[in-house]
Amino acid sequence: MTDTYAQPDATGHFGRFGGRFMPEALVAPLEELDRAWTEAKADPAFTAELDRMMREYANVPSPLYDATRFSEAAGARILLKREDLNHTGAHKIRNVIGQALLAKRIGKPRAIAETGAGQHGVASATACAYLDLECTVYMGEVDTERQALNVARMKMLGAEVVPVTSGSRTLKDAINEALRDWVASVDHTTYLFGTAAGPHPFPTMVRDLTRAIGDEARAQCLELIGGLPDVAVACVGGGSNAIGLFTGFVDDGDVRLVGVEAGGDGVETGRHAATISGGAVGVLHGARSFLLQDDEGQTMESHSISAGLDYPGVGPEHSYLAEIGRASYRPATDAQAMAAFDLLCKTEGIIPAIESAHALAGALELANELGPDATILVNLSGRGDKDVHTAAEYFGLLDGPVVLEEGVEE
Amino acid sequence: MSVTSSPSRIDELFERTRAESRAALVGYLPAGFPTKEQSIAAIEAMVAGGVDLVEVGLPYSDPVMDGPVIQAAADTALAQGTRIADVLDVVRASAAVAPTVVMTYWNPVERYGVDRFASALAEAGGSGLITPDLIPDEGAEWIAAAEAHGLDRIFLVAPSSTDERIAMTAEAASGFVYATAVMGVTGAREQTSSLAPELVARLRRTTDKPVGVGLGVSNGTQAKEVAAFADAVIVGSALVRCLLDAPDPQAGLAAIRDLAEDLRSGVER
Repeated sequence: MTDTYAQPDATGHFGRFGGRFMPEALVAPLEELDRAWTEAKADPAFTAELDRMMREYANVPSPLYDATRFSEAAGARILLKREDLNHTGAHKIRNVIGQALLAKRIGKPRAIAETGAGQHGVASATACAYLDLECTVYMGEVDTERQALNVARMKMLGAEVVPVTSGSRTLKDAINEALRDWVASVDHTTYLFGTAAGPHPFPTMVRDLTRAIGDEARAQCLELIGGLPDVAVACVGGGSNAIGLFTGFVDDGDVRLVGVEAGGDGVETGRHAATISGGAVGVLHGARSFLLQDDEGQTMESHSISAGLDYPGVGPEHSYLAEIGRASYRPATDAQAMAAFDLLCKTEGIIPAIESAHALAGALELANELGPDATILVNLSGRGDKDVHTAAEYFGLLDGPVVLEEGVEE
Repeated sequence: MSVTSSPSRIDELFERTRAESRAALVGYLPAGFPTKEQSIAAIEAMVAGGVDLVEVGLPYSDPVMDGPVIQAAADTALAQGTRIADVLDVVRASAAVAPTVVMTYWNPVERYGVDRFASALAEAGGSGLITPDLIPDEGAEWIAAAEAHGLDRIFLVAPSSTDERIAMTAEAASGFVYATAVMGVTGAREQTSSLAPELVARLRRTTDKPVGVGLGVSNGTQAKEVAAFADAVIVGSALVRCLLDAPDPQAGLAAIRDLAEDLRSGVER
């Protein structure tokens, strides 16, 4: 590639994707946020403070790890970007500390956030405790029941957790409810958006805050292997960890970028969360992008064993990268992800987040396609402590009757 | 008002209400709630009670601008299998008794096909669209389709809108401009908004298009307050609540008609 990648345009469009499909009441606040972020990232005092927090508090840069035993099993060289070692256990801390510090800078004493499985909620509650912001987290009622431990964690950190009972009572409805709060509270409240989606400037701001994943990994690859990987792989729900990884390599035309979506029971079954692989272009939560919808534009429910990927939309820049062919997206089913999860546990002693296990499953497939000379960089975006119960149930490791499917006990 | 097109049914309505020196009464009800037939009967009841302009809601899975009352109605309508064809049937019936616009979130229109939707709406006798999550900045395709099919495009302004955005939005709008009186979602409120008069005054400085004020009005007294400074008073949740709370369909229709009469007496000033 000779052209330098420069997206989005001034109004937040990545080609035909992105933009700002929002109630007018939120447009001025979004413009204010855009201005504030543009100024903050050009202010050396702000960036130095953010860098210090990242280093001293969030434990980044995260290491790059040559996963030799996993590589042996995979049949290609696999390098892991260890975002699982960050404070709170995932890449998400990079995003929330940045957004929370911006909230302090523009004088908003209160923050709201949405969460699905609770990881972004926990990261938000953490950042708000650290930076002394009042914190309210919206979480679908169904998810508060599935993820009771994370609800407790957020409360321990001083956040208020509001169970959302509207619509399908999951992540998309938590976003709706957070937006409803924000439209009424925007004069004193900031919205810590959890992924690289939503209206402009969120996709760009979240990318700016997560791109150090890719920038660090690129430098670490040059140091470790004296060159760049053949492929950079990340899981994609909303897409914040993937856009963070991809951005570091987007101008390196020889590095393939592969996003792995949640294939659930298989895209062909309709029970999945593979938005780009199995969805259609539309508008949801403020941006034009791929989404799971019916023939009349009603949002459809997604399905995945990974709560963090269980979202019917995807960030607009991923739709753009897919459309121009710079990145490709493929699904990994629940079964493929859990096989990769098991393999990493047994070969490396690392329990990955089930989200990240989708990226590992994609890497295993790519290793098979590319052969032993290939080097594949995988963003290990989070650790699996939060998933122990789900994984133990899946593998039948719990004592007593284990519910494999709804209504079926063994 | 556009210089190139003939007056729309909505333009004519505002000419009439201005001549009668009163505000127009705009009533919102979702299509398909509680059933398609009953939503048509409810619209007929509110028009009989004095509603001048009908807003037919297109039920959507993710209504971020709506409070619990309209969410609940939309959920019911969708659970019943309400489709765009049903919404158009409701529009057809409504347009037979009053000028009618559709209030819809953007994705169903985009998915249906913007021009195809505009064509079908015009064919059903609809007068235009209110688009709560489509700002003119993203609206080029809709504006072109509206012009091609003679439909009004009612965009929203809010207390948070800058003067530049108010001017731009008023310029892009036709029929009337929808001023959201509060920073918040739809739903009846105890008191009318103190932000609304200032927002309308800011609009008046930049446009002579009619201004409708919505969000929170639920009775004749509030309607009278708003009618003192607005060209139209828009009522939604309070009407939907009549249907939600009614012990049986007949009682719901009677409640809607009573409320519309009360609101209408308010807008007479």
